[in-house]
Amino acid sequence: MNVWASLILSLIAIGAVATVGAVAGAAVQFFDLSAAAWLFGVVIPYLAFVTFIAGFIYRVTTWARSPVPFGIPTVCGQAKSLPWIKQSRLESPFTKLEVVARMALEILCFRSLFRNTRMTFKGGRPLYGPNQWLWVIALAFHYTFLVIVIRHMRFFTEPIPGVLKLLEALDGFLQIGAPYVLISGFVMAGAATFLLLRRLAFANIRYISLPNDYFPLFLILTIAGTGILMRHVFKVDIVAVKAMMMGIVTFHPVAPMDIGMLFYIHLFCVCVLIAYFPWSKLMHMGGVFLSPTRNLPNNTRAVRHENPWNYPVKVHTYEEYEEEFREKMIEAGLPVEKEAAEEE
Amino acid sequence: MADEVPKTSEMVKIDHAPPSTGWMDTPVVIRKGIYSYPAKKPTLDYLSMPFGREWSPLDADWKLPPNWLDILLEGMRERIDRFRSFRLFMDICVRCGACADKCHYFIGTGDPKNMPVLRAELLRSVYRKEFTLAGKLMGKMVGARQMTAEVLKEWWYYFFQCSECRRCSVFCPYGIDTAEITIIGRELLNLLGLNIDWIAQPAANCFRTGNHLGIQPHAFKDMLDFFVDDTENITGVRVNPTYNRKGAEILFVTPSGDVFADPGTYTAMGYLILFHYLESLGFDVTWSTYASEGGNFGFFTSHEMMKRLNAKMYAEAKRLKVKWILGGECGHMWRVIHQYMDTMNGPADHLETPVSPITGTRFTNAATTKMVHITEFTADLIRNGKLKLDKSRNDNLNVTFHDSCNPARGMGLLDEPRYVIQNVCNTFHEMPESTIREQTFCCGSGSGLNAGENLELRFRGGMPRANAVKHVHEKHGVNMLACVCAIDRAVLPPLMDYWVPGVGVTGVHELVGNALILPGEKKRTTDLRGEDLPGVEEED
Ligand code: HEM
Ligand code: SF4
Ligand code: SF4
Repeated sequence: MNVWASLILSLIAIGAVATVGAVAGAAVQFFDLSAAAWLFGVVIPYLAFVTFIAGFIYRVTTWARSPVPFGIPTVCGQAKSLPWIKQSRLESPFTKLEVVARMALEILCFRSLFRNTRMTFKGGRPLYGPNQWLWVIALAFHYTFLVIVIRHMRFFTEPIPGVLKLLEALDGFLQIGAPYVLISGFVMAGAATFLLLRRLAFANIRYISLPNDYFPLFLILTIAGTGILMRHVFKVDIVAVKAMMMGIVTFHPVAPMDIGMLFYIHLFCVCVLIAYFPWSKLMHMGGVFLSPTRNLPNNTRAVRHENPWNYPVKVHTYEEYEEEFREKMIEAGLPVEKEAAEEE
Repeated sequence: MADEVPKTSEMVKIDHAPPSTGWMDTPVVIRKGIYSYPAKKPTLDYLSMPFGREWSPLDADWKLPPNWLDILLEGMRERIDRFRSFRLFMDICVRCGACADKCHYFIGTGDPKNMPVLRAELLRSVYRKEFTLAGKLMGKMVGARQMTAEVLKEWWYYFFQCSECRRCSVFCPYGIDTAEITIIGRELLNLLGLNIDWIAQPAANCFRTGNHLGIQPHAFKDMLDFFVDDTENITGVRVNPTYNRKGAEILFVTPSGDVFADPGTYTAMGYLILFHYLESLGFDVTWSTYASEGGNFGFFTSHEMMKRLNAKMYAEAKRLKVKWILGGECGHMWRVIHQYMDTMNGPADHLETPVSPITGTRFTNAATTKMVHITEFTADLIRNGKLKLDKSRNDNLNVTFHDSCNPARGMGLLDEPRYVIQNVCNTFHEMPESTIREQTFCCGSGSGLNAGENLELRFRGGMPRANAVKHVHEKHGVNMLACVCAIDRAVLPPLMDYWVPGVGVTGVHELVGNALILPGEKKRTTDLRGEDLPGVEEED
């Protein structure tokens, strides 16, 4: 599928999602349709959440239940060997603890992505330069994503835990008018825009991209965009939002109120994102923990790795071998198990 | 054959920009010089592999069995259930492209389907269609496509353009290893009789005679006897290897390439000299004609075939009642030993944790597999001052070291060979950082792609490696490329001749053999290759 088709398809998809949200909002706002409010404010969030949890567990357990027949870490440094040779403990972990440290670096710091180089082909020769900006943007994207998710907890908790307030204080940098301008939203939107532009700008990345690579980025951008708008431009009734969310988490849903079209777009997109999550590439979040090239120790010569389905195979035994070559072996003075004469 | 390969000036015209048609809509064009010849029927029959037949990759009809699609999908299902690696790597790629320009075949060919991510997508697209709900419902939207005979051809063409080197896996944020996907892809192809001759034939030879080259026991001994004579001519000392000897303490297994093809043969002479030197210090080793192959072309066929060939090592160690096994210089042989052997064919309870009889060092890092790499063994000897070495006998050499993919990324054997080299040679220069150690570039011919008919692919894939050698050749005058792999020793010489004339290729133990001073040896005038030693001419 070429880039235009991919882009158009994913734009249609995101357009449809946003429109549904908008229609719901409009229904509540202008026609006072409480059925729509219940559907989009209560039923769909519950369904999406259940899909997310069930799907996530299903995917992770399916992976976790699949056997790991061989110890196949990708070794990225000196192995533990002779005592005077310095082992690279993080790149070639030998113990469980070293594996945990390697995984922590991968998950918290995107270690492997940090290694990235960029090949340029000049004058018939390849050159490899450092290339860390994807790493920077990916880190910015993921951490701000995390901060935003945590920050949203204030809608789901009463009283709001102190750490959340602290986080918010750290996140906000200026006060223009009433609410703090929170950096994380802008950084995440910026980083997601970069990821999108990167996909479009580099011919080879564009070539490997599928509609479902663009779709989650559009979805996240829509969520971030509506979020920023609600906070800074078309202010919504935070008290009403909180009441609605508390109703959901305490399983005593209250009748959703007219919070505005933007809110319904935002909420519906979030529902789509979390429902879509377990079935998409976003599951790299769960998968990275289970990757056998990263989470296994490089100690396979020292500690036996068991294969649960190891089965016997047909081999060519020494006896069969000697049977075929005995005469020649004897002639060449090679020792044999059975002398030729015994045979006859 | 070499004259069919384009000139270097033609070869470097590489366009890394993708074509305008999407990859799913770009039909595969199988090109001469890139593909390897298909496996022959008798070979596959000998190995009890299915669907051996006469067929040509260039024909429209590959004579597939009528139910090929069922066989293939069933094969996929089985492997999804057996390998977490396969299932997970099918599921979590985000197509970030970090791996894209890391593959030597992509760098050398510019073919986008040689980007690791696309190589994997060739298979992943079918996985999505057949095994995921999203793929079934949304098809191309989510990158799913129908399996067809054309797709099968694409698999065959591109899974035999991956040397299973794992360089891509180093850079992937989730460690997705395209080598693992290629290994499974080739297993699937083998269910339909679609191996290549250069892999199937050595595997069949190995099964029958114990080594890939099909050398029969008496001929194997003849070859080594020949080296014994050569060694005597050069050093004045007659070494005396033993074969299939019961009760020896150590079994030595090396790739048969060392016994058969230059310059590996000089490495074999290096082993012989080292073993002879150590004999009087209490070293008790035997060679085997039955387990006369360290390499394992079964690894390039299927996990099962790997196990079938590898089984000989432990079986022979048991029969000969040795205590442990010493392994020669070989790449994929060592990946198999390090990451698979004990799991597949162990536990080797009939063996003991290896202890160097000379230094008393216990190789606890090999406590269960009971097999030690010869550079670990030699590094330990040198460190303990057990070897008398004359470095100057390698003074004609300006050495660099090529990390072979498997010892590097499959086991982390990086500093041992460097330590040995630097103790037997005076001049050593590293290649640039992004081309060595865990980031090393493949020789371009690994995983059974070292045939003759695909020379263009080999030279293209070997270009990044050669280019790094060229860099140190120009900058430091490097003239010798050392390595610890038999495939390297076979394929790097033509690669160097093509890209960097004037650079030779050597095993590490050839350098050791040159430097090691045997008790009672005559004054050496040549190295193990019979070339004059530095300074000899002036003296005459
Ligand atoms: C732990 C290690 C993780 C690594 C190394 C990682 C890496 C990446 C990378 C490289 C991308 C860029 C994809 C692109 O170029 O488009 C990405 C995208 C993304 N990741 Fe992660 N990620 C990790 C964990 C997570 C977690 C925990 C989440 C939880 C929400 C997450 C959610 C996302 C999302 C939403 C995107 C953007 C969607 C897209 O680009 O299609 N990731 N990740
Ligand atoms: S680096 Fe990993 S996640 Fe990124 S495209 Fe390659 S295989 Fe996929
Ligand atoms: S394993 Fe090596 S040859 Fe195969 S795709 Fe990855 S980098 Fe390329």
